[in-house]
Amino acid sequence: MPRLSYQKALNRALTDELARDPDVFVLGEDIRVAVSNVTAGLFDRFGPERVLDTPLSEQAFTSFATGAALAGMRPVIEFQIPSLLFLVFEQIANQAHKFSLMTGGQCTVPVTYLVPGSGSRTGWAGQHSDHPYSLYAHVGVKTVLPATPTDAYGLMVTAIRDDDPVVVFAPAGALAVREDVDYADLRPVPLGVGRVHRAGTDVTVVALGHLVHDALAVAEDLATEVSIEVFDPRTVYPFDWDGLVTSVTKTRRLVVIDDSNRTSGMAGEIIATAAEHGDLIAPPTRVTRPDGAVLPFALDLDRAVQPGRAQLVTAIQGVMKDG
Amino acid sequence: MAEPPDTPAGLYRTTRLIRRFEERAVELVHKGVIVGGIHPYIGQEAIAAGVCAALRPTDIITSTHRGHGHVLAKGADPARMLAELAGRSTGLNKGRGGSMHAADFSLGIFGANAIVGANGAITVGATWAAARKRGADTVGVSFFGDGAVSQGVLLEAMNLAALWHVPVLFVCENNGYATTLTVEDAVAGTITGRGEAFGMPATTVDGMDPQAVLDAANDAVDRARAGYGPSLIECLTYRYDAHHTWEHKVRVRYRDNDEVARARSTDPVEIQGARIGAAERAEIDTEIETLLDEAVSFAINSPHPDPAGALDYLYATGMRARSGGGW
Repeated sequence: MPRLSYQKALNRALTDELARDPDVFVLGEDIRVAVSNVTAGLFDRFGPERVLDTPLSEQAFTSFATGAALAGMRPVIEFQIPSLLFLVFEQIANQAHKFSLMTGGQCTVPVTYLVPGSGSRTGWAGQHSDHPYSLYAHVGVKTVLPATPTDAYGLMVTAIRDDDPVVVFAPAGALAVREDVDYADLRPVPLGVGRVHRAGTDVTVVALGHLVHDALAVAEDLATEVSIEVFDPRTVYPFDWDGLVTSVTKTRRLVVIDDSNRTSGMAGEIIATAAEHGDLIAPPTRVTRPDGAVLPFALDLDRAVQPGRAQLVTAIQGVMKDG
Repeated sequence: MAEPPDTPAGLYRTTRLIRRFEERAVELVHKGVIVGGIHPYIGQEAIAAGVCAALRPTDIITSTHRGHGHVLAKGADPARMLAELAGRSTGLNKGRGGSMHAADFSLGIFGANAIVGANGAITVGATWAAARKRGADTVGVSFFGDGAVSQGVLLEAMNLAALWHVPVLFVCENNGYATTLTVEDAVAGTITGRGEAFGMPATTVDGMDPQAVLDAANDAVDRARAGYGPSLIECLTYRYDAHHTWEHKVRVRYRDNDEVARARSTDPVEIQGARIGAAERAEIDTEIETLLDEAVSFAINSPHPDPAGALDYLYATGMRARSGGGW
């Protein structure tokens, strides 16, 4: 069975959708030569009308895509740097996202915003290391965060076909993940449907993005002490609240590991909803970036502000003791 | 409407319609029928009338916070437009957009936009895509004010349009003030210079004269349809009324009455009205009053939207957001 890398999965999703739907086109910076590797081969196969290298005008090309979508096309924008999503927040949150409601449903804005390499990329410092999925979920833009190559393929395809704007955060920490996959088994993954990667009975660990792999490693390490269920929402907005409640109704304990700043991050919302609906027997815990984190450059400092396995182990042991 | 919009009588009709629509809308603001107020287009009517007379129904426009004139000139139903301003479910946007977001996609009106300078890039993308979707020579128009020429994203949009030869008209309505800030205090260099910097033709016209605007728009549209890309037209104009109707309650001192009076001596309605016969003008005026009487009646007698549907259309797919009150 072929080994499918995360990047190849995104590349394959783009290739399949460009081939399937003539309205799909890709635009972004340095995508002809595929600096991020995700658009490799697309320019040669689909040509300059469907693979557009843009000037360094993120705000204009983001709204250019909105306009193209309003006129019936399905643009996919690749952003080289996650922090560019702050620069285009107006264009996505205040323009693309609002057209449907503000026009009384006269139009659709099917744009996909792909961030291949979101979060810390190891040594890229303060302005290249953000992971702003909680921000986009907060304003109600559909936001996906695949952890595995098959989910990256399936959610990317779904994002492109969706009639609303969708941000696809491909975590830098997951880009090296590979899976044994039969390509014939690749298929769209619906938005808002989570995935239990490992079933357990004592505690639910909700892990977001690349942290799913850390949670699975910790669950294995602690397997003799505690039965851990690892729940990956895959989409942070819409969130699979039913899946969350099903899991915590079974385990009645919850730890969330989320690569967001603590205040107003997804972890807080997940815990609040579980508290409202989950009948927890121990106070839930979260492992996140600190409040207001700016990732410092030096590697040890960078890692010091990211949620990690050691903190997760401590958090799990804490909720087990409390319960 | 008997006459085509690019004839002298057609230009007069559109100019007069916008003027009287705005005056009726201001009355409805004062009566509390329109909440939130409006940015009246009074004084600037020649620009919407002239530019839109050069367009086809399939062409695309985007507009601004001061957008009623553009939307009407592109053919929107005044009754449904007024119902939108009044927040009624019969409005163009079913009461979800209001004055600053009026749109009618069936007429190529891709929306008024409340963020200054934001519509340029949207227009460029929509026009670029329309050429690919329809294989046709669709032209797009981005209307904006003098305040927008200091917005980076608009300048980026001009660069993209010129670079990719997108058939767009950048129409700057220079009314001398960005809210209260004068052009002299806001704009270094010139407005036409911004277009020229990207290699596009840029011209300044008398924005109080509908015919002068139409002539300039025709040149730019012909050029765009022939594949030569974007142009910039700076229309020198003047806003007779407030920046926003809140000024009717709160006096803001940034221009004197003499200046407004001088500008009123070059009224676009009078300039264009003088170009047609008195009898024809009177007939058009009467027809417009009847049309607007019906529009006002339609708007005030239309139902208010049901609050249960406040977040209808939030997602095109019909996805429902969680409510604020629970699950």
